Amino acid sequence: MSEEKKLTVSTSPFLHDKATTPWIMYQVVFSLIPIIGAAYYFFGLGAMAVLFFSVAGCFFIEQLFSKSFFSGDKIKDGSALITGLLLGLTLPPGFPLWMAFLGGIVAIGMGKLIWGGLGMNVFNPALVGRAFLQAAFPTAITTWSPPDGRYFSFRGTNIGYPFFQADNVDGITTATPLSKMKFDHVFANWQDLFFGNTGGSLGETCGILFLLAGIYLIARKIIHWRIPVAIILTVVIFSGIFWLIDPAKYPSPVFMLFSGGLMLGTIFMATDLVTSPITPKGAWIYAIGIGIFIVLIRLWGGLPEGVMYAILLMNAATPLLNILVKVKPFGYKK
Amino acid sequence: MNSTLTFRHGIHPEEYKELSEHCRVERMPFVEEYILPLAQHLGAPSKPLVQKGNKVKRGQKIAAANGFVSVALHSPVDGTVTGISLAENPNGQMVQSIIIKADPFSTQQLTPSIPKSYEEMNVKEFIASVQDAGIVGLGGAAFPAHVKFSIPEGKTCRYIMLNGCECEPFLTSDHRTMVEYPDDVMDGIRILQHFLKAEKIFIGIEANKPDAINILHEKAKNSGLPVEVIPLKVKYPQGAEKMMINAIIAKEVPSGKLPLDIEALVTNISSIAAISQWFRKGQPLIERIVTVTGTAVKRPANILVPFGTPMRDVVELCGGITSEAARILLGGPMMGMVQKSLDIPVVKGTSGILILTSDEVKDLSQYTCIRCGRCLEACPMYLNPSLLGMLAKKGLWEEMETNHILDCFECGCCSYVCPSGIPLVQSFRVGKSIIREHNAREKEKEKV
Ligand code: SF4
Ligand code: SF4
Repeated sequence: MSEEKKLTVSTSPFLHDKATTPWIMYQVVFSLIPIIGAAYYFFGLGAMAVLFFSVAGCFFIEQLFSKSFFSGDKIKDGSALITGLLLGLTLPPGFPLWMAFLGGIVAIGMGKLIWGGLGMNVFNPALVGRAFLQAAFPTAITTWSPPDGRYFSFRGTNIGYPFFQADNVDGITTATPLSKMKFDHVFANWQDLFFGNTGGSLGETCGILFLLAGIYLIARKIIHWRIPVAIILTVVIFSGIFWLIDPAKYPSPVFMLFSGGLMLGTIFMATDLVTSPITPKGAWIYAIGIGIFIVLIRLWGGLPEGVMYAILLMNAATPLLNILVKVKPFGYKK
Repeated sequence: MNSTLTFRHGIHPEEYKELSEHCRVERMPFVEEYILPLAQHLGAPSKPLVQKGNKVKRGQKIAAANGFVSVALHSPVDGTVTGISLAENPNGQMVQSIIIKADPFSTQQLTPSIPKSYEEMNVKEFIASVQDAGIVGLGGAAFPAHVKFSIPEGKTCRYIMLNGCECEPFLTSDHRTMVEYPDDVMDGIRILQHFLKAEKIFIGIEANKPDAINILHEKAKNSGLPVEVIPLKVKYPQGAEKMMINAIIAKEVPSGKLPLDIEALVTNISSIAAISQWFRKGQPLIERIVTVTGTAVKRPANILVPFGTPMRDVVELCGGITSEAARILLGGPMMGMVQKSLDIPVVKGTSGILILTSDEVKDLSQYTCIRCGRCLEACPMYLNPSLLGMLAKKGLWEEMETNHILDCFECGCCSYVCPSGIPLVQSFRVGKSIIREHNAREKEKEKV
């Protein structure tokens, strides 16, 4: 080990780019801050508690498997924080906190650690956590409360005991724009979607902030424009065809883009460095695949939302894409 | 003139050229003792022609080329040979070296032995003459120049490309050559063109040297030669042979082939000036411009140093090093070699002495590969360093070979960008040598 260390310092190159892995991770965290702010604005303290507990779950399990529980070593790279925040943002504001904590544990435990840790996982950990919660607690995860400006109090559903059915003390639930579309053929107007005045997960509602975050991340070269642009274009074109055919039956592309978790998934999850293909061409195929799956599931699947499954499906294809889709090295014929 | 051509991928590290780019070339005073390794170039070491006790003159041939890929060596001073023994070379190896004690009373004027006019030579004589002058590529690799100029039967040289990119951060010796010796450069081109008769001669210079671009552009206009100065984008490794060709004529040198296979020839610009100095003034390659720089050098400078001068004396001339000095490098920070001490001589391949502080070379924390793809986007050979790094870690050398590791020329772009601090190039160097050794052994077996 010491030999290896010597080697790394004693050969060229002796200059290094400023971007390090923690730096990259924290750029993502920074870009999430306005979105978290919006979640607070629309859903209040309960929403913050959900985020806090999902992050805590991630940190807990990450530390449990590091050499010393109290060192905070592994947490420093910032990747667990991102997973926790992203998972939290996919949950409803009234989600039971203990479930959020459990979701964090599953996200890092099953989504990352069993694969061998940072960089080795095939599926996006936040989505693994979310998929688990959806399977385990289907009711809780589809109980949406409307934005209601309760800045300083929790929702009753937030504070249920583990493994007991929480009473729905609040009684107020709402449907998301996507479920209204799916089951009632009612389309929300685009202003509400854009500025966030609808029911949904913490991080589902305010489209414009995601666009800004995406632009920030692309400008800082944290993510590449390819994947978000390709997903958005695919969704617009694919869903646009149906909308043009029958605008009463099918939602407009704008509705498709700004409802549900599409923006969250596109900017933050599909672009996950570890689980997206490494070659440019592979990334195109991957992103177009995600776009197609989103539209297919949303329009014809049994669920109102399809972003999570679309991304997980293409995550599964990534290792194959990494093997099949190669770059042509310099000096070789096509 | 305005367009700045380039290749795809690559990186743009901070340049640090301002430390020395405007420092006029100074002459290194003569020192007491010179150590001249017989292996200062790629290929076979030269054969000594002198013995202990012999008096030698400045510019006198003291060792002859030993085979085709080898060059002669000349004394940088008037003095006495005090021995031929093993001495440490900048690449860390002990090599046979001629030690010369300078004559303290000599004026150290060059006694020229001007070769006959090149116009009366045929190509063969020209090649032999360049070899005899000890001229090698001065970019750093020190490849014998005459080997490059020998066009094999059936090959043509349509384009001559002179490499004035100097894309390594910190280095400015080629820059100063172009600014201060433009006539030698143009004359060298004229001589080379007399024999090679290329259709077009390009001088590729990175756009961060506008003075050099303007001067050579003016000279080129009035030269009557088909010379064109091409400003290239400031990007590393723009000065790599294949990248420069790609930038200028938009062709890729096929894998495993040489530039001549696509009718191009690339040579370092300072080597061209050396050719003129030989044919006009009878001065063989006995000295070169060395950039002494880095934030830990008191007074960065470009110095014309006779070969064999101990680096310590050269650095002393620059005011010495500051207390923060932590690393001594020979060459640039991207491809240069680390040195244990300054007690080694300047040789033909010494383009720069770079002294960095511990701040600049601090250890990177290592993380696992996060597949960010930055290395892919940086690799000028369009390889997949992330994949190659993983294969190297597992020792899967054969798979590395099928993934084109032998096309890697160790430019270091991938290591530079990797946010996880993975020592990619280091593992590629190891991998390449293992594969090469293995392949050589296989060949041996086949022969038997
Ligand atoms: S730059 Fe480093 S971390 Fe990123 S893909 Fe390449 S090897 Fe992996
Ligand atoms: S060192 Fe090799 S693999 Fe790395 S960027 Fe340069 S050519 Fe590519």
